[in-house]
Amino acid sequence: MNTAAAPAARRRMSVSEASVPTLARGAKLRFDETRQRWVLLVPERVMAPDEIAVEILQLCDGKRTVADVIDLLVEKYTAPREEIGADVIAMLQDLAESGFLVEAKP
Amino acid sequence: MSPSITHSSPTLADPRDGVAILEGNRSVAEQYGIPLAVLLELTHRCPLQCGYCSNPIEMERAGNELTTEEWKKVLTELAEIGVLQVHFSGGEPTVRKDLVELVQHASDVGLYSNLITSAVLLTKEKLEALADAGLAHIQISFQASDPVLANRIGGFRNGHAKKLEAAGWAREVGLPLTVNAVMHRQNMAQLPQIIDMAVAMDADRIEVANVQYYGWALKNRASLMPTIEQIDEMTKVVEEAEQRLKGILAIDFVIPDYYATRPKKCMGGWGRQFFNITPAGKVLPCHAAETITDLDFESVRSNHSIAWIWQNSDAFNKYRGTGWMPEPCQSCAFKEQDYGGCRCQAFALTGSAGNTDPACSLSPLHDKIFTIAETEAAEGTNRYIYRNFSGGTLEPEENAHGA
Repeated sequence: MNTAAAPAARRRMSVSEASVPTLARGAKLRFDETRQRWVLLVPERVMAPDEIAVEILQLCDGKRTVADVIDLLVEKYTAPREEIGADVIAMLQDLAESGFLVEAKP
Repeated sequence: MSPSITHSSPTLADPRDGVAILEGNRSVAEQYGIPLAVLLELTHRCPLQCGYCSNPIEMERAGNELTTEEWKKVLTELAEIGVLQVHFSGGEPTVRKDLVELVQHASDVGLYSNLITSAVLLTKEKLEALADAGLAHIQISFQASDPVLANRIGGFRNGHAKKLEAAGWAREVGLPLTVNAVMHRQNMAQLPQIIDMAVAMDADRIEVANVQYYGWALKNRASLMPTIEQIDEMTKVVEEAEQRLKGILAIDFVIPDYYATRPKKCMGGWGRQFFNITPAGKVLPCHAAETITDLDFESVRSNHSIAWIWQNSDAFNKYRGTGWMPEPCQSCAFKEQDYGGCRCQAFALTGSAGNTDPACSLSPLHDKIFTIAETEAAEGTNRYIYRNFSGGTLEPEENAHGA
């Protein structure tokens, strides 16, 4: 049973500061004009990211590392880098585990 | 800081989900905000002949199907009124030669596209073209884990092997993959293997759906109805797999009506958050709604906009909300939880779509359908009536023998 479970688990990205994340093919970030809010469209679901989550996802462009993203947020917000870094990585890891975030192809 | 992303589902709204959040600011007059996702049945043509199909017995011929230009106009209009996702379905949507063009158009107007397919007509080139056109998700149906049974259910030679191959291409292309497994008496024993198969093919999700008895499936009910023991076993298998496969394979489980005590919140409530468009352009509150023969449905070929049809047409308003409900629904504490269950089922089993869904234990017919289910499960024929344009073909006795 556990061997059969391997393939999907293998392609989940483990997010670290060195990761270069980008949205997977099945996840699309869009501004919903009708409802005037950002949405993350994924299979069978519409997710509602808050303002900061949208900002982070927009920064995950497949070129920046997670460390770059954190640095940019540290410049803008007053919280300590450790705190911001932990929040960013936790959010991105959640998305990676759902299969919505992947490591960008070099 | 503390970014958050809340989940919402286009098909299941409860007070906490995003549909409610998104619709929360609207006035009462506009409380039925446009759905987030819409099902597009491009065609009723299909190379498979599964008896569990929920398409109507009277299927649309190719000549009545919306043209490429008509579908493009529909897609543009859907995006403009606030629909976010479209499901290309059928019949078999890949029968349409313009599918890539339609997916591309959906992308161009900002819609998220999902393809619901049997996959037997796909080639790797075709799938790559669909992905390049912006397809974001693919759902492939599987009829069983054993190829002999799977091909017998679909009435299509070598279909199972083609599906497995197509699932592999979906992974290579990087498309999220959902396995659709419609379960009935004759394939129920293979559920554990079907789940393993989904894991082995690296699917993200599996929908384990009991047959819903509309259209062809109602005609085939005797060969499909599971026993109550099978339902209990199935629930155990699903619960165990959900635990074991957390983070590996998401499982959505659709339970059967006939053995239920409370009705399902069908479509999230009639005309509340779902509509679909038929091959000929009719706008329906549910993909089985045409089985309710005393309702008239407006078409995208009429002079009305889709938004007008959604908000104002008689068919959508007839069973919307709770005002239409007779007793025992009207005074029921659950009426805003299940919206009275399923109108198509009420029509099929009681002759009136306005009656209480007999799946509900408060329906006077509830005991009767429970008995029908038990009897058909125990004594029903195993011979399928294959779905086709000539009213169905009964499976040869020798093929079903020993099944």
